[in-house]
Amino acid sequence: MTVARAATLSGAALADLLPREGVHGLVAGMLEFSLVDGPGNRFVTFLQGCTFDCVACHNPYTINVCDGCGVCVSVCTTGSLEARDGYVLWNPDTCIGCDACIEICPSDSTPKTQKLTPGQLVDEVRKVALFLSGVTVSGGEATMQAPFVRAYFEALASDPELAHLTRFVDSNGDAPRSTWDLLEPVMDGAMLDLKALDGDVHRQLTGASNERVLASIELLAARGQLYEVRLLLVPGRNDADDQLRRTAAYLTRVAPGVRVKVIGFRRHGVRPVGSALSEPTAERSARAAAVLRAEGVGELVVV
Amino acid sequence: MPLASRPVRSPSRSDPQAGEQRDVAAEAPPDPDRVRSEAARVVRDPTLSYRQRVQQLAAVAENALPRPAVSEACRQALDDRVICDMYEGNAPYRPRYVLPDYEKALRNGSAYLELPPPQDLNEALWFLASMYGSVPSITGYPVYLGDLDRLLEPYVDGLSVDALVRALRPFWRALDRMVPDAFAHANLGPRDTPVLRAILRLERELKQVVPNLSLKVDAELTPDDLLADAVRTVFACAKPHFVHHEMMMRDHGERYAAVSCYNSLKIGGGSHTLPRLNLAEAVLRHDGSTEAFFETTLPRYVEATAELMEARIRFLVEEAGFYRHDWLVREGLISLERFSAMFGLYGLAEAVDELMRRGGSDGRYGHDGAANELGHRITRAVAAQVAERPMPYCEGFGGRAMLHAQSGIDSDVGVTAGTRIPIGTEPDLYRHLAAVAPHHELFAAGVSDILHFDETAERNPEAIVDVMRGAFALGMREFTFNLDSNDFIRITGYLVRKSDLAHVDSGARHGSTFLGAGNEEGAHCSQRATKRVVASERLAGR
Repeated sequence: MTVARAATLSGAALADLLPREGVHGLVAGMLEFSLVDGPGNRFVTFLQGCTFDCVACHNPYTINVCDGCGVCVSVCTTGSLEARDGYVLWNPDTCIGCDACIEICPSDSTPKTQKLTPGQLVDEVRKVALFLSGVTVSGGEATMQAPFVRAYFEALASDPELAHLTRFVDSNGDAPRSTWDLLEPVMDGAMLDLKALDGDVHRQLTGASNERVLASIELLAARGQLYEVRLLLVPGRNDADDQLRRTAAYLTRVAPGVRVKVIGFRRHGVRPVGSALSEPTAERSARAAAVLRAEGVGELVVV
Repeated sequence: MPLASRPVRSPSRSDPQAGEQRDVAAEAPPDPDRVRSEAARVVRDPTLSYRQRVQQLAAVAENALPRPAVSEACRQALDDRVICDMYEGNAPYRPRYVLPDYEKALRNGSAYLELPPPQDLNEALWFLASMYGSVPSITGYPVYLGDLDRLLEPYVDGLSVDALVRALRPFWRALDRMVPDAFAHANLGPRDTPVLRAILRLERELKQVVPNLSLKVDAELTPDDLLADAVRTVFACAKPHFVHHEMMMRDHGERYAAVSCYNSLKIGGGSHTLPRLNLAEAVLRHDGSTEAFFETTLPRYVEATAELMEARIRFLVEEAGFYRHDWLVREGLISLERFSAMFGLYGLAEAVDELMRRGGSDGRYGHDGAANELGHRITRAVAAQVAERPMPYCEGFGGRAMLHAQSGIDSDVGVTAGTRIPIGTEPDLYRHLAAVAPHHELFAAGVSDILHFDETAERNPEAIVDVMRGAFALGMREFTFNLDSNDFIRITGYLVRKSDLAHVDSGARHGSTFLGAGNEEGAHCSQRATKRVVASERLAGR
């Protein structure tokens, strides 16, 4: 993956990033080619920082923004990290990608983020646009950087070569109405996670309430911007038949016909706290799908 | 037939290079004892069916004849395996690939076959089935079964896709059983029709090796949802292969088809022969700078390949007289004017890497900008020389041979097919396509790069459609991909079922399965890195 190399900087608080010298995004990574982040082939940008702290998180190093503590500098074998002025600077040209910095990070973060302008990100998209249906912003939680997402999408929409690309947001749904209002004019669709319909179960799994998630689902469905709802399946936590039935009933009521993707929990990449969770068997996932289908969920995809 | 040597006429030269002396000598016939022992082996081989034995015995007999005479330089290049006749046989008596004009046959009927023009779908299917048995090719089976959706369209009379599936199913099964050879190729598209949809459904249902299948894709005429349907079909049975319709039409006109493995040729014509040049071996025989390779060694071997091609064409046309007597010619279903010959290339990757290494660089083909540019320079140089070199009886391509990126045969070891990037070392998708796409416009007679996707593609066929559209816009002539999870493996262009491969020691119903076994062992194509390639085809008389 090639990205603009200038001024690689991590450790800035998000608040620092946004207002000055135009809008910047704090980017944890990019995928030029993704078959699993929305319709067709998509360019995916992962933005750093998340509002949840999910036990099942597969890339926990995207949860927090680097606080500049500098612990990682000492474990870097190639000298690609440097502590300076309360920040950790990262040199991607010498980095070998061993991820020792991520392993030792006490804050569920990474020094390997890049600060990009919307224009720089658009230039990356342009290189591979011939092969794309569209772009997706993911995370972390993309909506935490909603002003950047809006500027990025606006730049795509106003570019004659790129305006045909559809623009999707992959979100945990934990965003206020004002965020969705900001994105509405430039966004084609959103894919939202629903970790659990029950508030208590949701809090166990994510550390946060699901009130804003449900409000987001309802709002986006009403606006015709809800492309997909993802249901994470964690055995013994949120896969009881009655929970699934109520979830299906809720979705068919507030978002009739929406595409639902059932994603079985996998331990790959999770922190020790998540490895105590068990993975659903194929039979368990199939049973969950059958329960959802019986309640009238429309297009159902099981992963 | 006696095994005695026949006098072979010296090939006449169109334009010998100035000052170069060419000694032309007929080769002594093979040792009769060796012929007998070969024949004895074939009749006893427990893994060969009756028909497979008959075909191999014919090859033994043909190879008891001397090869067409060539110059000493050409003979040396053959002995050194820099150039290769693809085991087509010593005495070519039928063209390598024949593409009958089935549309004309259906319209006019056939005096030779004593068949009137069919009046309905059932008669049309039986007409075609009756014809296939009399269509020659290098494999002994037809390599082209027709643009079947277009051929059948006049007879379907508003039938639904469901009704068509029922009507076509016995025919589709019979194709695989009557023509048990994966090089037998049907074409579809570019327009969306009920027959085409029915065929895709049958393919997904029956999962047969035969027919090999190509879908012609036009940016305007072929809708995305048809392509997505075809992509789903690939998930089930590794077919079809996708061809860039506009690019093919620019080279061949509207009446073209993809046959055998990725060979694009004119309908009503075909290709006399396919000698190939091993670029990797050419570089190993070269002593000197990269510039000297372009000035001396490469042109010398290109001419040697062309000379071999010319000698084989002259034998086929002038000695064997195929185009004077075959029934397809008499009925106007093929004509010599629509034939040309294919100039095959392979081993580009190893050739480039070796030249780079000698130049003091570790840049590798597929990964390094300078290496890729060197590769493009090589194919452009060959293309320019072949375009300058008159070739007899090749009016089907302006009196010239057509370039073909040869996708390998089962005996190739350590040499990469055509212009592909070596298996397991392919870079990511976009860099892969950017490295290979510039070659494609040069290879009018076909070129292939197989892309590999993991099973997540199955839930998102539209993404493959996106990549395909992008690949064609980038200048790819053809697009073929494999998915890890099905029973088929695309060996070089033709298909083999993994489950058949496992039992090959005890015999296989499809002749091509044996070729697959050899290739799979040699080139590790079932161990492809996730996304990617290898290949080959070998046919011929053995």
